[in-house]
Amino acid sequence: MSETAHGHAEVPHGSRRGYLIGFLLSVVLTAVPFWLVMTGVIGDAATVAAIIIALAVVQILVHTVCFLHVNSQSEGGWTLLAYAFAAVIVLIVIAGSLWIMYHLNTNMMPMTSMDGPS
Amino acid sequence: MTGETVTSAIFGRLTWESFPIHEPILLVTFAVVVLLGLGIVGAVTKYRLWGWLWREWLTSVDHKKIGIMYIVLGIIMLLRGFADALMMRAQQAMAFGASQGYLPAHHYDQVFTAHGTIMIFFVAIPLVVGLINFVMPLQIGARDVAFPFLNNLSFWLTVAGALLVMVSLFVGEFSRGGWLNYVPVTNLQNSPDTGPDYYLWALQIAGVGTTLSAINMVTTIIKMRAPGMTMMKMPVFCWTALCSNVLAIAIFPVLTGAFALLMLDRYVGTNFFTNDLGGNPMMYWNLVWIWGHPEVYVLVLPVFGIYSEITSTFTGKRLFGYSSMVYATVVITILSYLVWLHHFFTMGSGASVNSFFGIATMVISIPTGAKIFNWLFTMYRGRIRYELPMMWVIAFMLTFVVGGMTGVLLAVPPADFVLHNSLFLVAHFHNVIIGGVVFGLFAGLDYWFPKAFGFKLDRFWGRIHFWGWVIGYWVAWTPIYVVGLMGTTRRVRHFDDPSLQIWFVLAAIGALIILVGIAAFVIQIAVSIMRRDQLRDTTGDPWHGRTLEWSTASPPPAYNFAFTPQVHALDAWYDMKDRGAQRPVTGFAPIHMPRNTGAGVILSAMAMVLGFAMIWYIWWLAAVSAVALLVYGVAHTFNYNRDYYIPADEVAEEEDARSRLLAAGA
Repeated sequence: MSETAHGHAEVPHGSRRGYLIGFLLSVVLTAVPFWLVMTGVIGDAATVAAIIIALAVVQILVHTVCFLHVNSQSEGGWTLLAYAFAAVIVLIVIAGSLWIMYHLNTNMMPMTSMDGPS
Repeated sequence: MTGETVTSAIFGRLTWESFPIHEPILLVTFAVVVLLGLGIVGAVTKYRLWGWLWREWLTSVDHKKIGIMYIVLGIIMLLRGFADALMMRAQQAMAFGASQGYLPAHHYDQVFTAHGTIMIFFVAIPLVVGLINFVMPLQIGARDVAFPFLNNLSFWLTVAGALLVMVSLFVGEFSRGGWLNYVPVTNLQNSPDTGPDYYLWALQIAGVGTTLSAINMVTTIIKMRAPGMTMMKMPVFCWTALCSNVLAIAIFPVLTGAFALLMLDRYVGTNFFTNDLGGNPMMYWNLVWIWGHPEVYVLVLPVFGIYSEITSTFTGKRLFGYSSMVYATVVITILSYLVWLHHFFTMGSGASVNSFFGIATMVISIPTGAKIFNWLFTMYRGRIRYELPMMWVIAFMLTFVVGGMTGVLLAVPPADFVLHNSLFLVAHFHNVIIGGVVFGLFAGLDYWFPKAFGFKLDRFWGRIHFWGWVIGYWVAWTPIYVVGLMGTTRRVRHFDDPSLQIWFVLAAIGALIILVGIAAFVIQIAVSIMRRDQLRDTTGDPWHGRTLEWSTASPPPAYNFAFTPQVHALDAWYDMKDRGAQRPVTGFAPIHMPRNTGAGVILSAMAMVLGFAMIWYIWWLAAVSAVALLVYGVAHTFNYNRDYYIPADEVAEEEDARSRLLAAGA
């Protein structure tokens, strides 16, 4: 194995400020959904669920930037590329499965009529 | 406590009935395996090879040795998987009308499940991973992979999985749910036996190995290329290895997740994939095929890389359309992730879902076709040398294209509604797997064998191996295409219509011709070892190769390259020969290398015991081995004695020996 495998020096480990910002944002992004559910400020359950999912996505991005240090410079762009690839794959798996399972559920459950989605 | 509860506390559900002493076929197999095993153990002991085996091979972190061990595993498991194939062919050729054949349904179902599982997970994957392991670091001018210990661990985890599958032959039984262990057959209420548990634990353990190995290879390719080797100067084989392993990293977690959910169903009574309480078996199919389709490309992409290297070498030309080859590979990587539903068109999706996945599937044939044309144009006006590897390439192109066309046919949803679950489908995927993956792996073995061992494989037996497989493939699978098109379904043990029998007899004859090919392969290796002095290659470049692995000695020294090569062009070694670059013979420095460790073997053995204990509900043993696995795994991270230097004298000695060999040969 060559020397490069031991050269971890160039990997950025973030600053104290970055970690603090990330921590505060994570706390807020976690507290808000709890608050929404516990107090029931918004009556409509579907809206609450949508807001919580949106906040969860923001939470993922905060972790990615502040804790995992994914940015366009690290490892000559490979980190960002790998991250984008993973995001696309996860999106395909989730969206595809939802789409397929929705179709299967509608078509394969005991049916009263023969109409399914097309 | 009664005696019975004590026994079950100690042995779980393992009893004397778990051993198939009443089944003559298994008993004879068991006797043969035991005799062979004793023979090998005896021979190793007699020649006092245990220490050598342990120090030089089992604990090795050298990517070349791990690659060779992967290939040995793949070949051994090929023999087992092929024995299953022969049993199925014999059964289907016999079981017509009044004759029930010789395999009971219960046994036959295990045989076809084991055949598929073994051929994909323990033959194709180890052979592909083995070749990547051996060749890729040499091609990029590296001294080892990025994480050498992880590489050793990945290999042994794969072995642990393979051993669990083999154990199921003699202790308890294997799954009857097909090679993807389909629910609802494998739900606890339908299969309360150990079969699905053997399947799940074997593949979970081996799956961890495959995932770790994929991470290792991607890191190696991205971080450890020789100076000057930009991504677009990388050999095609490395590109395909990269894409294949990126895919593997993306898909294996999905499979692991699906299996984990099924394990929860079977062990703690959840209902993810049952029909009760909101569970849905179709979700299991969805998840396993999200893994399953890209897996085909995990296997075939590196093999496309092998064909590219061989075509270019044996036509004496640069590969036609290198960059289109790279882009085609990347496009296939992404598209392969968008087609999984075509495995269950008939499960009840609407027209929009089926059309989307049908069209996406057909689109894949475009980049794949581009590759075929690239190989053809490389050969066009080339000076083709019909050595063994090149023969496989030609056979591949003629065979694989037919499989590709039946694949596009199956991608048309209305056609699939007719052909789904038929033997036509089975013939299709054997056509692409044998004609694509298996032929390519043999091409790769014939091509890189002299690099690994310093002598070529025997051509006479190689040709019999070749013709056995090629003729055998066509004789075995053309009849299956025919009966499949007529509507015969797959996984059937007995047929009523006697007019079909002739086709199955033909298929069985084809399988016997393949048997000749496999036997010739084993003989080829034995004969080559005996005649190694005549077949010796002292140059390290027996085929007039074009990539860096041919620039070093055969077999390569532990450190691969005394000096890290500087790359200036694609086909780096051809470029060096062209410019008359001199091999450096002085000024050697000590080389930093990773140290061998037994941790991989020990951890995998513990994982295997854990799997066995969980399969048989031996809870105390499961707890002990799980704790041991964790403690030993953590303890190993404190082992800082992981590297050493090969002194400059030793490097000089080795390189001088090579100089003398080269001078003697010239």
